[in-house]
Amino acid sequence: MLRALLLILSVVAIAHAELCKPDAQNAFKVRISIKTALGDNAYAWDANEEYLFKAMVAFAMRRYSSKSTTQISNVLLCNVTDRVSFWFVVTDSSKNVTTVPGSVVEAAIRMNRNRINSAFLLSDKTLQFLKITSTLSPPVEPSTPVWLIVFGVVLCLIVAGIVFLIVSGIQKHKKKNKESTERENLEEKVEVTVTLENGLPCEVLDLKAGHINGVFPADDERFTSL
Amino acid sequence: MWGRSRDEQPHAGEPVPPIAESVPAGGFLIPYLIMLIAEGMPLLYLELAVGQRMRQGSIGAWKMISPYLCGVGVASVVVSFFLSMYYNVINAWAFWYLFHSFQDPLPWATCPLNSNRTGYEEECERTSSTQYFWYRQTLNISPSLEASGSVQWEQALCLTLAWLVVYLCILRGTASTGKVVYVTASLPYCVLIIYLIRGLTLHGAVNGLFYMFTPKLEQLLNPKAWISAATQIFFSLGLGFGSLIAFASYNEPSNNCERHAIIVSLINSTTSIFASIVTFSIYGFKATFNYESCINKVILLLLNAFDLEEGSLTADNLSEKKDYLMATYPQEYAQLAPQIKNCSLEAELDTAVQGTGLAFIVYSEAIKNMEVPQLYSVLYFFMLLMLGIGSMLGNTAAILTPLTDSRAIGARFPKEVISGVVCFINCVIGLIFTMEAGNYWFDIFNDYAATLSLLLIVLVETIAVCYIYGIRRFEKDLYTMIGRKPNWYWKIMWAFVSPLLIISLFIFYLTDYILTGTLQYQAWDATQGQLVTKDYPGYALAVIGLLVAASTMCIPLGALMTFIRKRLKRERVSTVA
Repeated sequence: MLRALLLILSVVAIAHAELCKPDAQNAFKVRISIKTALGDNAYAWDANEEYLFKAMVAFAMRRYSSKSTTQISNVLLCNVTDRVSFWFVVTDSSKNVTTVPGSVVEAAIRMNRNRINSAFLLSDKTLQFLKITSTLSPPVEPSTPVWLIVFGVVLCLIVAGIVFLIVSGIQKHKKKNKESTERENLEEKVEVTVTLENGLPCEVLDLKAGHINGVFPADDERFTSL
Repeated sequence: MWGRSRDEQPHAGEPVPPIAESVPAGGFLIPYLIMLIAEGMPLLYLELAVGQRMRQGSIGAWKMISPYLCGVGVASVVVSFFLSMYYNVINAWAFWYLFHSFQDPLPWATCPLNSNRTGYEEECERTSSTQYFWYRQTLNISPSLEASGSVQWEQALCLTLAWLVVYLCILRGTASTGKVVYVTASLPYCVLIIYLIRGLTLHGAVNGLFYMFTPKLEQLLNPKAWISAATQIFFSLGLGFGSLIAFASYNEPSNNCERHAIIVSLINSTTSIFASIVTFSIYGFKATFNYESCINKVILLLLNAFDLEEGSLTADNLSEKKDYLMATYPQEYAQLAPQIKNCSLEAELDTAVQGTGLAFIVYSEAIKNMEVPQLYSVLYFFMLLMLGIGSMLGNTAAILTPLTDSRAIGARFPKEVISGVVCFINCVIGLIFTMEAGNYWFDIFNDYAATLSLLLIVLVETIAVCYIYGIRRFEKDLYTMIGRKPNWYWKIMWAFVSPLLIISLFIFYLTDYILTGTLQYQAWDATQGQLVTKDYPGYALAVIGLLVAASTMCIPLGALMTFIRKRLKRERVSTVA
């Protein structure tokens, strides 16, 4: 009796060892980086955490397919390293000594990735299922790009400034025209004295100090034209 | 500034055209200071004195020194015209980045996702997110100059906005421009101070500062460093553009331009050094950040491959652990070896980014890693915008002054119309730079439109004043103006040192060109995610030749025309008499 029991146990153990080993069929490698994620609040990876992991995988399988009857004992872990990384398979309790197809496991885990991550206080990056790629969440995009809004505001301000300056410039020009016609009427009555020197007003002369004396006519006109 | 970077020089009152360039070179201080003393100050004094003495803009002033030199002023105007054509594109890019800074997270902080959301965009994976944002989302650059592509409407909008801003500032003429320059010159100082405080408190900033202050002998011996320092000084002081002469002509005749020149160059160089302290501290932060990320990646790789415990590998024990792993697991280590990069802080500090990308890529990369990156991003690009608009105002003033002063155009149309037409023409031409290959054309203009021509103009100016006008006559003029003669230092600089330096710079440029054979440019290869070197096609070389010739030929052509005119007049007179 005892011998038969031992034989069955060893067969089961060997079978489990056969099912769960690195690069086995339908096995997945998991890599966990607790210290990176939690820093000082990091917990140690021990047998209890492994139990929770098995429970989460079983939960995921059950949630994915309502027909599933996966038990915690169906999830096998092996090759746990210090990194913390390990391999796991999910055995099928209905069929003896076989594993659930990898695609099913993958789909189940993908569907429940969030729940699994939050059970361990980790994220997609720190709890990695090496063969299962995670769908990255798209960034939030507003209906109009933000930059166009800012651009529109600045553009309106600048155009308003230009229009204001042009209009005020035109108004000033009109006022100056009116004033100058008034002044012309005034000037006919009053004589404005402008100091002249040799036919040229004085202001032109004093700026070219020294070498060029504006009093004398410019070079081109030295010879009287014919 | 940092080696050949001629960017972000808050000028001291004189609008100068700073242009962003590449090669952050540590130990640039020595060539910079030497070039300042040998070239910057003497030539600045020369131009201010000429303007103050002749009391006319650059075209008239050189005509008075010698009638054969009327081409010098025209060449300056042509150079300013080319500059205004392409420089406003930088402002357009600054606007683009500024508008995009109002988002969380910053758009250049992360890569966009690919179509089926399983990972990031391929191109973005191969290069960094900031480079991807610059090359793909801002420029949408094509793989080569020949593939022109279409006009990018977003960039065209930003360019139009930039030109509208410039038009707003120059609308009322030089009077209003002067007031705007006060704002555009002083605001960058405020931003720089904020950045100085932030930059010096960043982790790893000291590395950048050490790098900046340690002189590197190999770089000092490389003539390119000296050329860069010289062109840097030219650009930041605004020598050769004619704007200095124009501004000085409005001064009082008895204004002490010697003191003015010394003060301006000292303020300018202090600002440059100040700005480069800020730049290098941010640079050091970026380099340290990248270095530490690189080390972390290597650690992660080794941890995952050998299933070691987390935290067993740190930056300190990495090298000894690597040796240990290499000894214990030789095969697996050999398999991993190509992926394990040798991270080096020096290599990070030495990375050069070519072209205008420096100002945008390097800074946006540094900013995305700071806290509250939106604030620093807005501040930085606003400062860049202020500096850029300030330079544009100087450029457009240099073009508009001869137009408004001329009797043909100036008397007939009001200055609003003239400024509007100039801005419109430049905006339309500038649309070329918003095409997909636009950045390559921009680099052509950036590298060739102004550099050689300015050197030639300044050389002709110095030789004209010293040898054609006569240095004794110039001395006497200065004596009448400011009451004392220039001492031997100025005279030696003007007569010998500055012309010799410029001639040697010319020789270096030419030998460099002859040695490399053809001209080449850096094109962005999307498949590799990095820049590759390509040769310019024939028509691009023709455009380069045209750019250089258009401004440099003005000088001999002007002399030739005056000569012909004098000959004709003399013949006419002799036939009459």
